[in-house]
Amino acid sequence: MSDTTGTRRDFLYVATASTGAIGGAAAVWPLINQMNPSADVVALASIEVDVADLEPGAQMTVKWRGKPVFIRRRTQEEIDAARDVNLDELPDQEDRNANIPDGDASDANRALDETGEWLVMMGVCTHLGCVPLGDAGDFGGWFCPCHGSHYDTAGRIRKGPAPENLPVPQAVFINDTTIKLG
Amino acid sequence: MAGIPHDHYEPKSGFEKWLDARLPIVGVLYSTLTIPTPKNLNWMWIWGIVLTFCLAIQIITGIVLVMHYTPHVDMAFDSVEHIMRDVNGGWALRYIHANGASLFFIAVYAHIFRGLYYGSYKSPREITWIIGMLIYLLMMATGFLGYVLPWGQMSFWGATVITGLFGAIPGIGPIIQEWLLGGPAVDNATLNRFFSLHYLLPFVIVGLVVVHIWAFHTTGNNNPTGVEVRRKSKAEAQKDTLPFWPYFVIKDLFALCFILTIFAAVVGFMPNYLGHPDNYIPANPLATPAHIVPEWYYLPFYAILRAITFDIWFLDAKFLGVLAMFGSIFVMALAPWTDTSSTRSGRFRPMFKWYFWLLGVDFMVLMWAGARPAEGLVPIISLIGAIYWFAYFLVILPLLGRIEKPLPVPETIEADFDAHYPPKSSVER
Repeated sequence: MSDTTGTRRDFLYVATASTGAIGGAAAVWPLINQMNPSADVVALASIEVDVADLEPGAQMTVKWRGKPVFIRRRTQEEIDAARDVNLDELPDQEDRNANIPDGDASDANRALDETGEWLVMMGVCTHLGCVPLGDAGDFGGWFCPCHGSHYDTAGRIRKGPAPENLPVPQAVFINDTTIKLG
Repeated sequence: MAGIPHDHYEPKSGFEKWLDARLPIVGVLYSTLTIPTPKNLNWMWIWGIVLTFCLAIQIITGIVLVMHYTPHVDMAFDSVEHIMRDVNGGWALRYIHANGASLFFIAVYAHIFRGLYYGSYKSPREITWIIGMLIYLLMMATGFLGYVLPWGQMSFWGATVITGLFGAIPGIGPIIQEWLLGGPAVDNATLNRFFSLHYLLPFVIVGLVVVHIWAFHTTGNNNPTGVEVRRKSKAEAQKDTLPFWPYFVIKDLFALCFILTIFAAVVGFMPNYLGHPDNYIPANPLATPAHIVPEWYYLPFYAILRAITFDIWFLDAKFLGVLAMFGSIFVMALAPWTDTSSTRSGRFRPMFKWYFWLLGVDFMVLMWAGARPAEGLVPIISLIGAIYWFAYFLVILPLLGRIEKPLPVPETIEADFDAHYPPKSSVER
């Protein structure tokens, strides 16, 4: 007997609590979601970079998604230096290239084009996120001043605490002088 | 409020009675201000007032600084320089606010270590202790958020490193990090929300401070002997206590004057001593300072964060470091339950004293290690320091209660007090 009267009231309790919980969550969600990246931030997810003025041996740094991207037009010496390396010597064996998933760390897998002239990568040290300096370090590539990581002319980690090669972002030539990032 | 028997407010005039029947606010203030306080409190019991003062000064200077500050990546740095050069007295307001944060943390560390030494965290004051730990966490969050606002190099890169800690959480880390930042990296969205929260959290702290005071006014203050105030009758309680007003108010204000003299000297003569010169370089997302260090008051925990340089099972070093850093404060919050000694005050615990002072040294060593680049012996020293920190709370405190033989504890606060300050003869009285 108490079951039947109880059930009816219990149902009301459960229904009220459920409605309250769902309504509460629905009210809280916009307050949480407003903190996610806004439309203008998302809109900058891909940018186009004009590289016509870049001479061989020069490098430019562009800000993409709030982080520096190094775009380097390498000299033949730099390309040769990067291609001469025995892959077994590399601490990180993967190419870390968003355009070529699961490749080995050969220079061909790191560069943007066939000739290897163009190297595009994130300027964020894989150790603790500092920005490495160009034309520096024991391997003629990049050197991170924070904790002494040395990268070679293909942006591969060679010496120091950083665990991985500098990552290559999604990038593509959309015409002869323009690189699209993202 | 419950607790030690004491006089209560008696409304006398017609208006007082009228008000008291509708809102007994005068009675609450009266009881709070005249609360019976153990008469043997030493100088380590002044920090509560110092902390309350710091909170007030930070809120007041903060509110007026906001009248001149602009939370935008292109203007934040310049608006701070505008405060320093153009705003009337702005330099003083900003230096008081920046150094006030340091005074706040000096006081809170003294206050916490006072509690650890005299066993203030033990039953029945666990809630006071836990609320205190929450206040401390909020202080750290508020300080971090505030340090980002001037938008100098340390602001920007400190924010990058600290929000990167959340990115270390396996799986959902990057999503949480992006949500916190409002984008893929620290940028304008980040600065704006940090500004909003930096303004909000101090008021949350005010609320928790009220609860903190409410809790220890219910249990009564601890005191250097750790012996409870007798509370069978008002007459008995009065032998152990003096009213907070005027005795302790005057004592605390004297201490506050002394501390503020030093504070004024720091603000006036060496306002940037505790800051970092790199924060006078505008934030630049494309260049990193050679050596990123947090403010001094985070250094011990920053050292614990960096102490973990090895992976365990599937958890990587970075995430373990984050766990260790938050865990080091969590184990401190557990002290009321891990300390098994029935003697409250460290004054009567001969073995405990050694481990306590070693914890103090450990804290300073970790602070030193946190300021150094993580090379050479620094990581191993940090690791040893971190291990001692955890061992103190999780191993030493539980074991000491079982193996230590405490010294005899005085019967009452009055007996201890009279032993130190023998009562004058009755003729003189």
